[in-house]
Amino acid sequence: MLNNILKRSGIFCMVLTVSTSLVFFMLHSLPGENAEVMAKYIFLGNVELNPSNEEVQLVKEKFDLDRSLLSQYYSWATNAFHGDLGRSYKTNAPVREEILIRLPATITLALIAVLMSLLIGMPLGILAAVKQNSTTDYLCSATAVLGISMPNFWLALLLIMVFSLALKLTPTIGYGGPSHLILPVVTLGTATTAVVMRLTRSSTLEVMRQDYIRTARGKGLDHRDIMITHSLKNALIPIITMVGLEFGHLLGGAVIIETIFAWPGIGRLLIDSISARDIPVIQGTVLFITLMYMLLNFTIDILYPIFDPRIGGS
Amino acid sequence: MTLLSIEHLNSHFMTVDGIVRAVDDVSLEIGENETLGLVGESGCGKTVLALSLLRLLSENTKTDGRVIYKGRDLLKLKEKELRGVRGKEIAHIFQNPLSSLNPVLTVGFQISEPFLRHQGLKKSIANSRAVQMLGLVRIPSAPDRAKEYPHEFSGGMRQRAMIAMGLACSPSLIIADEPTRGLDVTIQAQIVELMKDLIKNSGASMLLITHDLSLAAQLCDKVAVMYSGEIVEYADIKEFFKGPAHPYARNFLESVPSRGMKPIRGISPSLINPPPGCRFHPRCDCSMDMCKSVHPPLTEVKDGQHARCLLYA
Repeated sequence: MLNNILKRSGIFCMVLTVSTSLVFFMLHSLPGENAEVMAKYIFLGNVELNPSNEEVQLVKEKFDLDRSLLSQYYSWATNAFHGDLGRSYKTNAPVREEILIRLPATITLALIAVLMSLLIGMPLGILAAVKQNSTTDYLCSATAVLGISMPNFWLALLLIMVFSLALKLTPTIGYGGPSHLILPVVTLGTATTAVVMRLTRSSTLEVMRQDYIRTARGKGLDHRDIMITHSLKNALIPIITMVGLEFGHLLGGAVIIETIFAWPGIGRLLIDSISARDIPVIQGTVLFITLMYMLLNFTIDILYPIFDPRIGGS
Repeated sequence: MTLLSIEHLNSHFMTVDGIVRAVDDVSLEIGENETLGLVGESGCGKTVLALSLLRLLSENTKTDGRVIYKGRDLLKLKEKELRGVRGKEIAHIFQNPLSSLNPVLTVGFQISEPFLRHQGLKKSIANSRAVQMLGLVRIPSAPDRAKEYPHEFSGGMRQRAMIAMGLACSPSLIIADEPTRGLDVTIQAQIVELMKDLIKNSGASMLLITHDLSLAAQLCDKVAVMYSGEIVEYADIKEFFKGPAHPYARNFLESVPSRGMKPIRGISPSLINPPPGCRFHPRCDCSMDMCKSVHPPLTEVKDGQHARCLLYA
């Protein structure tokens, strides 16, 4: 177990280093100097205007930007390790705060979308498996294909057109009360629900073919007991993997959806900072998203043995 | 007294290649307190016959005939009534314990399920009964072992756990499908001893399915030999070992290592297109012209011995 944790921490650090350094070097290899961007914000407060050479030089000296990229990355990484992600060029607020302010919006959205996909996708998947090859099954599968195939930005616009503009049932965009959640959640949840449904169906069918289900029938258990105690726990194993990854994806910020619905979350922050060339914020956000992914994977790995005693344990 | 009587049982699978006649017009009887051995080579339909009795086959199977247990035809019972028979009055000990035990549930819980289902016991009581059952099949430190999962058990212990699960509600009939398969010889001997004791103490009847004649010799009162979906010989165990009547049964006995290990020539016939006449005639040393066209009936050779062969018709 200890060995496992050590190995995992090693991989953890490696992935973090690789992903952040990649982003760092990519950002600095873009045309236009970093110092110039900073000077624009510091002296002019406007990205459209060009700073003078003196101003750029001043910034370079102040922030020590003449050093090699490697040494700049090193000092960024050391600071990040201590929890200091630098300050936003644009707002001058600490990057950490910028992220933390937006976190609740993203978490709410991701959590509700995942819950929705589980609450709707799993029962429908089980239903489709139990009634395999029936009309119900075909209907569920067809809906699922539709759900997976629709691009979510298109679905978002469609939902806005129908429910906000035509029927006036929901607010179009923005962040506020529960009614603002409906459209983004439905948009994000649809594909995930469809994937969960299909996976539940196929893994339930797979489990129902196993010998131990016949054993359970041979004991005189009824269909309900077999589904709940014998089938579900086995069928859940692949679903957990999938939902974990999907949740990580949503926590990293649903970039497109947050932009369409003007949802003040992590994805929106990333997009805004990229267009403003706000390098510290981009760096910090990418670091944060990577961390989220890895933490979720880690959690799932810890959860596995609970559902499948053959993994881990003794 | 007859406990279970199987009358003209057919089990056919519909497949893309045609109809597989895995069990073809089989009639057998199992008396109270009696052990009947069903022997035959792999793929002759033994397991399908056993699964047909409690209707545990998949949905593409067509089963007809009658399976009379205590005056009721199991094939005509409603699903709900049949559930009351399964595991309570007739228990099935499945082959291959590793895949027949649920990998994500503890062994103790799986053994306690018949108690929960049929005797309505509380969870804690059912659990302690399960521990008792594990002790009965001689699993050491049963209370701890009950909390473990199937993959933590050895092959022999898993087989014992399957037996414990079958015997949980003291059934009147036990259907044991290859209970010693895949176990090494010493463990096989232990399982045989165990089953002998348990059967003697509980007074249950048993249908023992095996391809191992020495196992049948140790446990059974009667033996039925199955070939290509049919019963070809049905005899008291003593008469059978004195001298099987059917040529296939004779060859089968001679193929046992201790009796010469002589292989039977040819291969088992297809269950989709069995040979016409006697199904064994292409492989039979005593085959006559008549055997190619006339399907022999099961006839009495002598008291307590029946064979499906034209030599005796």
